[in-house]
Amino acid sequence: MIKTDIIIIGAGPVGLFAVFEAGLMKLRCHLIDAIPQPGGQLSEIYPKKPIYDIPGYPSVLAGELVDKLMDQAAPFKPGFTLGERADSIEKQDDGSFIVTTSKGTQHHAPVVMIAGGLGSFEPRKPLISNIGDFEEKGVRYIVKDPDQFEGKDMVISGGGDSALDWAIYFAEKGSFVHLVHRSDRYRAHKDSVSRAQELAAAGKMKLHTFAEVKELNGDDDLTAVVIHTKEANTTVDTELWFPLFGLSPKLGPIGDWGLDIEKNAIVVDTFDYQTNRPGVFAIGDVNTYPGKLKLILCGFHEATLAVQTAYKIINPDKKFTLKYTTVQGVQGFEDEQPKQTITS
Amino acid sequence: MSLDINITVIDREGTEHEFAVPTEMNLNLMEVCKGYDLPVAGICGGMAMCASCQVYILTEEHFGERNDDEQAMLDEAYHVEENSRLGCQIPITAELNGLKVKIAPEEQ
Repeated sequence: MIKTDIIIIGAGPVGLFAVFEAGLMKLRCHLIDAIPQPGGQLSEIYPKKPIYDIPGYPSVLAGELVDKLMDQAAPFKPGFTLGERADSIEKQDDGSFIVTTSKGTQHHAPVVMIAGGLGSFEPRKPLISNIGDFEEKGVRYIVKDPDQFEGKDMVISGGGDSALDWAIYFAEKGSFVHLVHRSDRYRAHKDSVSRAQELAAAGKMKLHTFAEVKELNGDDDLTAVVIHTKEANTTVDTELWFPLFGLSPKLGPIGDWGLDIEKNAIVVDTFDYQTNRPGVFAIGDVNTYPGKLKLILCGFHEATLAVQTAYKIINPDKKFTLKYTTVQGVQGFEDEQPKQTITS
Repeated sequence: MSLDINITVIDREGTEHEFAVPTEMNLNLMEVCKGYDLPVAGICGGMAMCASCQVYILTEEHFGERNDDEQAMLDEAYHVEENSRLGCQIPITAELNGLKVKIAPEEQ
């Protein structure tokens, strides 16, 4: 079990800045995020787009802002559980919480701060009626542990970077790849598109354009997919189909945590951004209150105020006086976060 | 002199909502729908990087033209029809007076 002072759900900009503000108050944080890298929407949706409303930065690329927030949080040595979705929360007798992820990793802390943005990013699933029958039985929405698929023939659908990158990767590793896309224009990087065309010319890949996988066949495991075009339907025998249509955010299990929800967002008190469950806070895009603006800027403010009450919960007998970083400097933690096992 | 135009948005239940929308506020159709609490997510914030603001243009003369980013996104989106556009890529201009759109189904 991972033990910390504040469990932060969501490693986006607001969650990362909460680590810094908590650190100034000598509080340790551990972040959980469903996607394998920190940065949330900034990394997943628009890493190369500029942001113009971060004070002091006339323009900063989203990916660059994430890097800087990671640097800023680094002295406070946050822990990370990435690629796992926070699934459940259990209140303990002493008022603390255990948060368990989709992979069963447990985290224990007196305070939980939900900085979940628009929710956890889940794969966009194609609309094929029997697709559920073949999930993990040949149909995979995310390429995990690619080694196991190297050299196997496969079908990949999509026109974005993820689809092209993996198609190229596997074709170069000896797989024959059918890349199926609904158009002949690709959203992926131009270099990737040229590389895919080269591989197709070399007979290592087949590009199906204006085409779509519409039927899946197999008794138990997937054995074939049917690719539809305007002209014809082609059955391709395959045990592997990766529909890589990107990820879209879902509020997900947090919606069932007994928190007041309004229009897909968690209702908080603007005094300290605490939810209706004492000790559970919600900051950034995931919360709502009268006058709410979904801006990174506002999320930073919310994080700062939320950790003040978090401090009082964690240190009920200590008084805290605000100190300025200019006067005090930033005193980080010297040691890594202790990973302590507790029995509840 | 008012610079408002009238537009009609049909929600997923088939209810028509008519709005007078200002043309001088640099708004796009996704923002207008969100502003009126219609069920348009606008997840990516208006960068044509998701299709959660997809609408069907019912008044043909207002279809305009899909831009490259928008087209590429629609090539991967679901429920796409000939008259699909991304609301975030439709700036509210005087030419759109009388525009009528229907919100596309949710992806899942």
